[in-house]
Amino acid sequence: MSISRRGFLKIAGIGGAGAIAGAALPAAASESDFEGYPDRYGMLTDVSKCIGCRSCEAACNKQNKLPKPETPFEDLSVLDTKRRTTAQAYTVVNKYNTRGSSEPAFRKLQCNHCNEPACVSACFVKALTKTKEGPVLWNDKLCVGCRYCMIACPFYIPTYEYDNAFSPRVMKCTMCADKVAKGDGAPACAEACPTEAITFGKRSDLMALARERIRTAPDKYIDHIYGETEVGGLGWVYISHVPFDDVGLPTNLGGTPYPKFTKNALAAVPMIVVLWPVVLGGVYAFARRREAIDKQTRENAVANAIETTRADTQAKADQAREAALKRAASQAENEKKKAVKEAVDKALEEAKQQQSGEAPKEGGA
Amino acid sequence: MDNAKPKLFTPFNVITGLILLVGIPICLYRFMGGLGAVTNLDNNNPFGLWIAFDVLTGVALAAGGYTIGTIVYIFGMKEYHPVVRPAILTAFLGYFLVGVGLAFDVGRPWRMPYPFFMSQGFTSVMFEVAACVALYLTVLFLEIAPVALEWLRMKALRNILVKATIGLTIFGVVLSTLHQSSLGSMFLIVPNKIHPLWYSTFLPIYFFVSSMIAGLSMVIFESSLSHKAFKNIIDAEPHPFDHDKIVMGLGKAAAIVMFGYFGIKVIGVAHGNHWHMLATPYGLWFLVEMVGFVLVPCFLYALGVRAGNVKLVKFTSFLAVFGVVLNRFNVCLVAFNWELPMSERYFPSFMEFMVSLTLVTAGLVAFKWIVTRMPVLTEHPEFRESH
Ligand code: SF4
Ligand code: SF4
Repeated sequence: MSISRRGFLKIAGIGGAGAIAGAALPAAASESDFEGYPDRYGMLTDVSKCIGCRSCEAACNKQNKLPKPETPFEDLSVLDTKRRTTAQAYTVVNKYNTRGSSEPAFRKLQCNHCNEPACVSACFVKALTKTKEGPVLWNDKLCVGCRYCMIACPFYIPTYEYDNAFSPRVMKCTMCADKVAKGDGAPACAEACPTEAITFGKRSDLMALARERIRTAPDKYIDHIYGETEVGGLGWVYISHVPFDDVGLPTNLGGTPYPKFTKNALAAVPMIVVLWPVVLGGVYAFARRREAIDKQTRENAVANAIETTRADTQAKADQAREAALKRAASQAENEKKKAVKEAVDKALEEAKQQQSGEAPKEGGA
Repeated sequence: MDNAKPKLFTPFNVITGLILLVGIPICLYRFMGGLGAVTNLDNNNPFGLWIAFDVLTGVALAAGGYTIGTIVYIFGMKEYHPVVRPAILTAFLGYFLVGVGLAFDVGRPWRMPYPFFMSQGFTSVMFEVAACVALYLTVLFLEIAPVALEWLRMKALRNILVKATIGLTIFGVVLSTLHQSSLGSMFLIVPNKIHPLWYSTFLPIYFFVSSMIAGLSMVIFESSLSHKAFKNIIDAEPHPFDHDKIVMGLGKAAAIVMFGYFGIKVIGVAHGNHWHMLATPYGLWFLVEMVGFVLVPCFLYALGVRAGNVKLVKFTSFLAVFGVVLNRFNVCLVAFNWELPMSERYFPSFMEFMVSLTLVTAGLVAFKWIVTRMPVLTEHPEFRESH
């Protein structure tokens, strides 16, 4: 029983050591260390200017050659239900009842092109990248379709072509990277917006513009630029006349860039790789040594017993057995008593058989 | 196994036959029609049953391989040797099915080698999981290969592999530590999507420690079942071993690990100061998991071992295994997206269930096929170990 008890302590010990080695250390620096590519582009949505006309949806659909929707873009009744991005729509406008105003507010959803995107860090084949121009782009040539990027995105943005059997794609806003790179103006949605609720430009310029708008109309705007610090900063930032929470922009995400949440756990990998073989190798060597000692003890006891038995008559055998046992016991650890006894018994038995086997032969000769 | 022809219409054959009959066409349909044709997955719920069960649960339940390997080869506790081979065979088949399950789940399975040969996303926990699972499957293959080699009487190759046992075991434990825990780390990136009672920075540790519970309990559970199902094979063994003693030892170990696991889970709740959430519906569900399927089996294990009640320990192993399964489902599905309205939540489709069931059934058939032919539950007379 005590053998196993010791083993269990070891098992429990493994748990402890694993806990130390694999521990997700508390995030050392919670805010972003990465300032972002200096000249990157971004977008600014002014929620107070959005009238929910869906022009941006239509423009996006056309620009990205997405399939025609069931209800035409002129039909505003779709605003009555909450929608999200889909594989057929990189952007959708939702209507919100808000605390700040009796009028409903509208906001366009799309990829926020985060400074340090969760989706990019989550992709195990680097199919997603944050370009230094600003857009976060997906690569059709690499994606395996594990959809971990969709799990990771805190804004529920990436979508998947579940109905495409042979080459399903991750679909999301590209900030019209191709169009912009060609020098063909701004992203389609920004060009289509009749109220200039969407502005395209260098992110640094957009931040200045946003600040300026808040400064000149402090009574109108909430004094915060959403995306300045959220999840380490967004490429697409927002200002609003109503609380951000009310237009579906969660304010509880914190300022930590999402890749940081898994970074420390990944940093523990080399620790385990180095530490574990050493610890386990040590335990193994220890166990081997103990085994060798036990074996030696057992063999000595057996040898002694055989010796004694051979020399003495059968009548004395019991006595010898006791003696051998005692000798063995003094050498062996207490818990080995039983094993030794078994070995001795067996040896005795064999010796006896041997003797009785040999006896007639001797007699015959 | 006599010279009489084996019966074809045994209950086992009929049930597995029916499952495969329904399941295999659905499996094919998955690849012809795409994920959307058979699953209830959507953009809010990209992970479903196949990740929660086939991958997360599969990996946890296959933890018996590294757990028993450590006990026998590294701690040198030879008395557990008789359960090593079935445990490693279970692990090998388990991980193989995890790979197959992943092939069903990812959108373009033919690209599964990409993370190794095309483009490495080192910042992704998924990369670590993929790399470790692939490597570990290889290790398990090498560990179980001697069984087939003995069967084929390929002595030389078999002896080389047996010599590598210790190295393979240590490598296997390193890989298991890494990926068992990183399956938990995978969810570290969604602090905003998982209910705070299940989300914790300790997730990797929780997953690793609970994998030991799953490993120990699965070996009890599975070896007890094998003992019943393959009685004729085991009884034919000239050197019978004391199965009950093994069960008791493993039960005791499991009780201790579970107690520790319960402790660190409590620390997690205290750390986040989430006590008040215990009185919510999610909190009650959390208590069901923690008390009903951790504390109670922990206590029952201890009780069974103390009272020498083998039956109780065997029954408890089922509870404990179920508890780990429940935990994986809770993290991946139940507590995930907990703030979304019911209409945007996920529930697996019938066809998803069937695919998972088909894979498990295929695994059972393979297990049966192997143990009735190869020296898994018994020792090969020509390769009997001297100990
Ligand atoms: S919003 Fe989501 S999809 Fe877009 S960059 Fe950020 S994490 Fe990625
Ligand atoms: S679905 Fe594609 S893009 Fe997204 S994480 Fe997986 S491999 Fe990367």
